[in-house]
Amino acid sequence: MSDLSVKICGVEFGNPLIAASGTFGFGREFAEFYPLSVLGGISCKGITLKPREGNPPPRIAETEGGILNAVGLQNPGVDHFIEKDLPWLKEQNTRIIANIAGNTQEDYCAMAEKLSDSDVDFVELNISCPNVKSGGVQFGTSCESVGAITDAVKRHCKKPLMVKLSPNVTDIAEIAKSAEYNGADVISMINTLTGMRIDINSKRPIIRNNTGGLSGAAVFPVAVRMIWQVYNAVKIPIVGMGGVSKWQDAVEMLMAGASALQIGTVLFNDPYAPVKINEGISKFMDENGIKNISDITGTVIPW
Amino acid sequence: MKYDSQLFKLKKNDRIADGIYSWVVENDNLPGLARCGQFANVKVEGKTLRRPISICDADDNSLRLVFQVKGEGTEIMSKMKPGEEVEILAPLGHGFDIQKDKKYCLIGGGIGVPPMLFTAKQCDNPLVITGFRTKDLVILQDDFKAAGAETVLTTDDGSDGIHGFVTDVLKEKLGEIDEVCACGPIPMLRAIADICRGKVRCQVSLEERMGCGIGACLVCACKTKPKDGEEFMSQVCRHGPVYDAEEVFFDE
Repeated sequence: MSDLSVKICGVEFGNPLIAASGTFGFGREFAEFYPLSVLGGISCKGITLKPREGNPPPRIAETEGGILNAVGLQNPGVDHFIEKDLPWLKEQNTRIIANIAGNTQEDYCAMAEKLSDSDVDFVELNISCPNVKSGGVQFGTSCESVGAITDAVKRHCKKPLMVKLSPNVTDIAEIAKSAEYNGADVISMINTLTGMRIDINSKRPIIRNNTGGLSGAAVFPVAVRMIWQVYNAVKIPIVGMGGVSKWQDAVEMLMAGASALQIGTVLFNDPYAPVKINEGISKFMDENGIKNISDITGTVIPW
Repeated sequence: MKYDSQLFKLKKNDRIADGIYSWVVENDNLPGLARCGQFANVKVEGKTLRRPISICDADDNSLRLVFQVKGEGTEIMSKMKPGEEVEILAPLGHGFDIQKDKKYCLIGGGIGVPPMLFTAKQCDNPLVITGFRTKDLVILQDDFKAAGAETVLTTDDGSDGIHGFVTDVLKEKLGEIDEVCACGPIPMLRAIADICRGKVRCQVSLEERMGCGIGACLVCACKTKPKDGEEFMSQVCRHGPVYDAEEVFFDE
């Protein structure tokens, strides 16, 4: 019997599938389907220092093989998360990742300090949200800014620090190296690709924010390519995400260099996807005599 | 269990008006949980998102879903054959609050009409006012009558029923009713809410582009102010689709 558990920064996950931030709320709605321990972990909805209302609707548009979203970080704030959501989440027997976004470096550091004294297992630095005017991605698109924010937050963060990278950059491997050099413990990648859809009858963008972040199966090959490039550039583990929809995708992304995976958009199509993907990975491992998930990571044989 | 995603068998797929189809789908576990005003999220082959469709009627082992072909997803649904299996997440959302011994006026506009049938079946002798653009789009009139409702039909162009809007009829009947429930386009709902304000309670069912359907992804936002709470961006799929009209900021 294959062992689906993975260890990242000394933290054991029961299986390699983590719910991606923004697709899973704080878990309660999905607990109606299955015990949340079905997932190795949950990356919670992105939180900010103060509550945020988010963008006006519509916030979503369907695309070929994917969706665009521009929620704009609607969330109840870090204090609410720690007091109201985290105690319940910690009882669900799964690893909890707090995803944080801010307007300023000080915001990020203040949140990292609050979360350092909480029960979260990881802090995920969201410097790649494309859907807010300030905060997020302006920290994530140059080596200098990624290095600076990673270094600053790391000094305030007692939890392992996961830095979530934006794909909307020229050379993601260089950005990943800067994050690693400045103290990132893990890279998570990729956030959404910026996109746009227009209603040809009204000539209006479908999303009120005009542009949104593209996710779903359509971005999968881009994610695999970028994970492979980063795997070859850094030594810290990578949590891969971007369009994983079936177990074959999961195995493929692990082979590209991911140590664990986040899944998101597929949950809107099939809330039971994590159960099915884990079953498929397990069967693949049994059939191929693979004992540990880590034995798949980075095993691509490039030409 | 409040909701789940399970396989249903498509029992009937009938075209009941121009571009409008009526499904009956069967499953032993979920239909009995449905309440009027709730919806179902239908998985469509090859589409990333499910299609949220209001529940037109339900019994212990079947749901009736009436939908309009609006894009590729509903087009695929319209071509499915009885006997096919379809995965449906249901029942979802917060439905209409119907109380005994009250005279209800149920108002539906266009494709907002279907959820009012299941609602009519929960009321005693309701008045049902429905409005359509033109006679080719008129649906469910016989079903409402069979449910014991008094029906008033309006069309924008006068091609069937009364030439005019549902709001014209509502203004006349306002003195005879205790509460209003409405589903349809936002301008219609706003006008109905204005007529009811200060006179009778009004509940409205809203529509918004949705993602997960259960309140986790926060994409179907609607600015609302609960009676005793602060205004916030609620989720139409979870806090709605039915709201008290006075809670809703129709313009935002």
